[in-house]
Amino acid sequence: MIDLKNLTIKKAHGHLTKGDFSALELAEAYLKNIEAKNKELNAYLEVFNDVREQAKEADKRIKAGKAEVLTGIPLAIKDNILIQGRRVGAASKILDGYVAPYDATAIKKLKDKGAVFLGRTNCDEFAMGGSTENSAYGVTKNPHDTSRVTGGSSGGSAAAVAADLALAALGSDTGGSVRQPASFCGVVGFKSTYGAVSRNGLIAMGSSLDCVGPIAKTTEDAEIIFDCICGKDALDSTSIELSTINLQRSIKELKIGVPRNFIETEGIDAEVLKDFNESLLRLKKAGAKIVDVDLPSLQYALACYYIIMPAEASTNLARFDGVKYGPRISGTNGINDYFKTRALFGPEVRRRILLGTYVLSAGYYDAYYGKALAARSRIRMDFENVFNKVGIIAVPTSPTPAWKIGEKTDPLSMYLADIFTVTANIAGIPAISVPSGKTKAGLPLGLQLMAPVGGDEKLFNVCKSIF
Amino acid sequence: MIDTKEIEHLAELARIEVGKEETVALAKDIEAILGYVTLVQKVAGGTGVLEEHKEHMLVNVMREDSAPHESGAYSDALLSAAPEREGNYIKVKKIL
Repeated sequence: MIDLKNLTIKKAHGHLTKGDFSALELAEAYLKNIEAKNKELNAYLEVFNDVREQAKEADKRIKAGKAEVLTGIPLAIKDNILIQGRRVGAASKILDGYVAPYDATAIKKLKDKGAVFLGRTNCDEFAMGGSTENSAYGVTKNPHDTSRVTGGSSGGSAAAVAADLALAALGSDTGGSVRQPASFCGVVGFKSTYGAVSRNGLIAMGSSLDCVGPIAKTTEDAEIIFDCICGKDALDSTSIELSTINLQRSIKELKIGVPRNFIETEGIDAEVLKDFNESLLRLKKAGAKIVDVDLPSLQYALACYYIIMPAEASTNLARFDGVKYGPRISGTNGINDYFKTRALFGPEVRRRILLGTYVLSAGYYDAYYGKALAARSRIRMDFENVFNKVGIIAVPTSPTPAWKIGEKTDPLSMYLADIFTVTANIAGIPAISVPSGKTKAGLPLGLQLMAPVGGDEKLFNVCKSIF
Repeated sequence: MIDTKEIEHLAELARIEVGKEETVALAKDIEAILGYVTLVQKVAGGTGVLEEHKEHMLVNVMREDSAPHESGAYSDALLSAAPEREGNYIKVKKIL
């Protein structure tokens, strides 16, 4: 019996190279857990039928002494990241039956290292949502309390890691979709500096915000995956080679800024605030200096996000018209085919497409999209100013713990839950959510740390020393 | 004020068929969301990326206008994803 509960990528690598168990045995252990638990949790939309073959390939490599740290490591992949020859659908009916014609760059890099892909995980349709309730294939349940949501949109990936249905996973983060479900499920979620991971092969939502990112049990595991998938890519013109800046290996003398005015608003849960203050205390005890900082433009962050994201999404999703991919619903003529086919989008996707169409229309463009771009500049400038004074900014990942399935019925109340995560996407900075504690009822909570552009490794180092 | 007529117009622009009942719900939801995001109009200064910040913002990256790969290398894989195909063409209904 392999002790999956306490297994990490690093430990698994040690066992695999020592021959304590094979990649096939490891994959079998996860398949067994998936068999037992996925029906209830709905973390996976599909478990691949060639997992054993993939694992055997990894075993050959291990036997040949050519194993790298990710060789034979079983991973779950969000259903909006392309793996050549496999189904992928962004949890939407509009991509029903679609088979990916190529590998996402992140996938190609993981394949090169011999990672094993267990299956594709559930998410909100086109990654639009914060609870996985917007999936066209049913909600994913939180392994810590199955009456509650996993968060989202990468809820399936977070649940898979939390319930030992995968050793780690890939998600995507446009406004918190890696970090927030990680915090709801008690695991680590990392969103890099914008462009550090290629977006090639990620089904686009908001292209100036989207980031592929790891979900894992430990910071070290998240870092191992990030180190593998990052790098400039000719197939994504916005991708960059990270030049690590201002690396501080020790937490001693590290200045951590806390935007108190922004955090202590009416929407924040009392237990979240208490846990956040306790986390700050731990950082302080480890030698960090906690200071108050002011980012006055953060008050506009969520409004700015809910203009820019739907604007970009409505443009990106114009390509789903029943001509190039997915099913086509036949209407009375060519244009009617579009209308009928695009009616396959679920309610939240339709809402955001219409919202995006509105804020980009003549007459409203300046008042909404133009002003949102101005707000984005102000927010970025605020962060640049504050990062001249502190090395890291700390906020809770989410203002509340995981809510009950079906509890949030109006879209705006769901959007407000993104308040602490969207800022990093707007500013293009790296951010990580690490498990920080639990509520009295046993629901996981997350602490979020943000660093300036290029400060990705700094976040890993701070988290590894404390959490 | 967003009414059902406006929703119908937006749905027309976005090429999405929306049912009668849904236009009522969408009008209500979008009205509430716009009511919230209107907050950005309080941001000082003009619209668009602010002048004082332009050098920090993302810029378009172009590549050389040359053939990135052998012609036809991916055609079959991409065409196979289309719902209807005839030879090396994607098939659609008659337009004219």
